[in-house]
Amino acid sequence: MEKVWGDKKAILFFLFPSFVILALIIITPIMMSSYYSLLDWDGFGKGTFIGLNNYIRLFKDPAFIKSVRNSLVFAFASIAIQLPISLLLALVLAKGVKYERFFVTVYFIPVIISTVVIGQLWMKIYHPEYGLLNMFLKTVGLESVTREWLGDTKTALIASVVPVLWQYIGYHMLLLYAGIKSISTDVFEAAKIDGATWGKTCIHITIPMLKPILKVSFTFAVVGALKVFDLVYVLTRGGPARASEVTSTLMVETIFKSNSYGYGSAMAVFVVVECLVLYLVIGKLFKEEV
Amino acid sequence: MKANLLMGAEDSIKTTTEPPKQKVSSGIMYSLLFVWAAIQIFPIYWLVTFSLKGNSEIFGGNALGLPKEWLWGNYTKAIVNGNVGRYFINSVIVTGATILITVIVSLMATYALTRMIFKLKKPMNTLYMLGLTVPIHSALLPVFIMLRNFKLVNSYTALILPYVAFAIPMAVMIFAGFMTSIPIELEESACLDGCSIYQVFFKIIVPLMKPAVATVAIFTFLQAWNELMFAVVFISDTKYKTLTVGIQSLAGQYTIDWGAIGAGLVVATIPTLIIYIFMSRKVQDSLVMGAVKG
Repeated sequence: MEKVWGDKKAILFFLFPSFVILALIIITPIMMSSYYSLLDWDGFGKGTFIGLNNYIRLFKDPAFIKSVRNSLVFAFASIAIQLPISLLLALVLAKGVKYERFFVTVYFIPVIISTVVIGQLWMKIYHPEYGLLNMFLKTVGLESVTREWLGDTKTALIASVVPVLWQYIGYHMLLLYAGIKSISTDVFEAAKIDGATWGKTCIHITIPMLKPILKVSFTFAVVGALKVFDLVYVLTRGGPARASEVTSTLMVETIFKSNSYGYGSAMAVFVVVECLVLYLVIGKLFKEEV
Repeated sequence: MKANLLMGAEDSIKTTTEPPKQKVSSGIMYSLLFVWAAIQIFPIYWLVTFSLKGNSEIFGGNALGLPKEWLWGNYTKAIVNGNVGRYFINSVIVTGATILITVIVSLMATYALTRMIFKLKKPMNTLYMLGLTVPIHSALLPVFIMLRNFKLVNSYTALILPYVAFAIPMAVMIFAGFMTSIPIELEESACLDGCSIYQVFFKIIVPLMKPAVATVAIFTFLQAWNELMFAVVFISDTKYKTLTVGIQSLAGQYTIDWGAIGAGLVVATIPTLIIYIFMSRKVQDSLVMGAVKG
């Protein structure tokens, strides 16, 4: 068998197609992006090598700093609002309620729908004249609160964050729910025999045992938030006056609207590094706590 | 120790005297669960109803109810005049090809990466898994330039290639988890019977991988069907626009005709919903599996 599995020709045959695609689309581009980020280049002709100047410019560019800050707002909102709600729902559902499957299925629906569709839908919800939100506020007598949610620099960012939270709560709920379901029922029975209430069981047994899944959820929430593009692109394109600009939308604009290929590539590299660092940091955080 | 015992006793007293209180709290719990279900589902209900209404109903008195007059014409408008039919076909082509290629090349790669023996196996595995953490941002511009050089901007290939590339790592991971659970003895006995390695792979392994293929197919479907960033940058020609980009054009074309936009959004969502309705368990499992293994 070892002879058969050591067949070099066969190994090449099996690996070749996927390897070529990965090399072409993922591996080479990382190197290309890193290289472009050292150039002053408009995408046509030859760029001039300017060393780390693009990176220096990044950290002095108020638009970029704002976009990073906004991306972090997305990440923070995910952790502070989305995950607790998801965890609570998962705990309640996994406890065994009536219509358990129904709830799980319904909560998950927004997750599978395209973010573009979700974005267009929320745009209508936020519509200043005919949107559901303002209509609702008017009906309950809060007319003074109504506004052009996406067009107001004060609310554009929050209005972009809400749909993302809304869409993915079901996702984290399902992850955590599956995690709880995979904990041996013996543990819960033992807790019951010892007289622990549901709340106590959650805090002392379920949540600590969920740590590996919580780490996954945490990582996805943070890294996902830093990569947000679709929803902001559809809702506001980062406007008004960059109030809701995130790094992804700024990068696409810098490259394809302003033709600053080098400078935009520096942003791309920044996102890659930022995600990588956060992967490591979250990994460390969860390890130390155990 | 004493304190523990005491606490335990207290708790057990509590639980024995709690039933009426528990009923109230479970009532609250169920109402909250249903309210949350409504929050998650209501916007979608609203979308479906306004896709069948005219502006007078949406903007007038009937924003929330079922349409008084069912305007199926909105759908004709979106599909024919708004090109949603075209976009839909493009999405089917791009997504279908992406799934097919991803499944085939990933199955092959997984076989080499889990079963076969070669020197660079470890680093090769790491390389494939690296793709899981790389954001697509880093590929956007370089791939665009490659496509431009090969005159492939505005083509199906422009989307299929990147979609496949970014689907491979996850597919390999899901496949690998499944493949390692297949007993080696099957392949060994086939080898003794004189099967070649290719026969072992195609006749024994591939048929056994069917459940994992379904998982990967669903995962890849959702990724490709809903992707926007590549699609927006690589495609500007209506002929090749997929639904995500197409919907953006539709919304620009019919800014004040909500019914037509709604119809387009519904059409874009129907395949996903159908898959979900018939395979909700499988869809959920595939997304959970993708996350947890990653």
